[in-house]
Amino acid sequence: MLGYIWLGMIVSSFLCSFFTGRTDQVAAAVTQGADKGVRLLISMAGVMCLWTGIMKIADKSGITGNISRFLRPVLSRLMPDYPADSEAMKAISANITANFLGLGNAATPLGIKAMKEMQRNNRLGDKANPSMIMFVVINTASLQLIPTTCAALRAAAGSTDPYSILPQVWIASSCALAAGITAVKAASLFRRRKNG
Amino acid sequence: MDNISSLLVPMIITGIVIYGAIRKTDLFGSFREGAAEGINTLISVAPSMIGLVIAVEMLSSSGFFEILTCALEPVLSPMGFPAEIIPLGLIRPVSGSGSFALLSNMLSQFGADSEIGEIASVMAGSTETTFYAVAIYYGSSGIKKTGCTIPAALFADFCSVIFAVMTVKLL
Repeated sequence: MLGYIWLGMIVSSFLCSFFTGRTDQVAAAVTQGADKGVRLLISMAGVMCLWTGIMKIADKSGITGNISRFLRPVLSRLMPDYPADSEAMKAISANITANFLGLGNAATPLGIKAMKEMQRNNRLGDKANPSMIMFVVINTASLQLIPTTCAALRAAAGSTDPYSILPQVWIASSCALAAGITAVKAASLFRRRKNG
Repeated sequence: MDNISSLLVPMIITGIVIYGAIRKTDLFGSFREGAAEGINTLISVAPSMIGLVIAVEMLSSSGFFEILTCALEPVLSPMGFPAEIIPLGLIRPVSGSGSFALLSNMLSQFGADSEIGEIASVMAGSTETTFYAVAIYYGSSGIKKTGCTIPAALFADFCSVIFAVMTVKLL
């Protein structure tokens, strides 16, 4: 997938440079881009490590566990196939908490565990049940306390306040999450009505 | 709004560190462990990030984004919607590294604290890479029929673009 996008980007810029007469700039951009990529990674490193470090403290001191326990009954209402004290719900809740705190390395394995636990009690075989769909949609619209990569890029670009966008991110992200949840619920209501 | 956000970050960090101290967590050991994970993550994304930054820089210098923006502007600007953010909206659900490479290009071109820079940041920060999550989670559990997952997730992504524009313009 990404291979095609990459191909598309390179071919489009090559073709486009003939129309705009900017072949020289594109030639220069190849070398500059390689250089910029490395600079970008280095200038992001500090802010990234700050947050992965701080969030590791949150994880080890039990904040993650507390949030996760608090979320279980709430999430169980959204994913009614799995009760609040089931193994599946424990993994689901731990994954969503890890995503919220930006513990990316922990979140993905927990999410995979959650899906495997959910699949164990899935009566639909290789078809995703509504709770599984809900879980994946919540993950794609994920809410994050500190959008780390974004803040790191803003700091690297010389922003006077890289975190000034936090309230906007929280609001936009919650609204998108609500929209995703509503869409899943609406789709399952619609299907139920159609079937009977 | 500016005062709130400048207080938030020190508050979150101090809060977590104090809580960790109360619970007798190995503070600096944990920090180092987490920071080491951060470095490893950066190293693991470095090859794709460098590859995509090159492609984005080529695309940007060729004038591709200007042509696209000019084509979309007559439709979008009457609604108060900046056409410059459309490429980011398109790549965000597909590639994480690609969207961060493009965000970085936009931040240096328009300015990190400009309106477009802020909208782009909010967009990039408020959703995950949809197709990556779908592929990894359904792939690992052997699910083949995904029902309404992709339409619902893309609807959420679409909403996040609208809400990013609205929150930056209104707050």
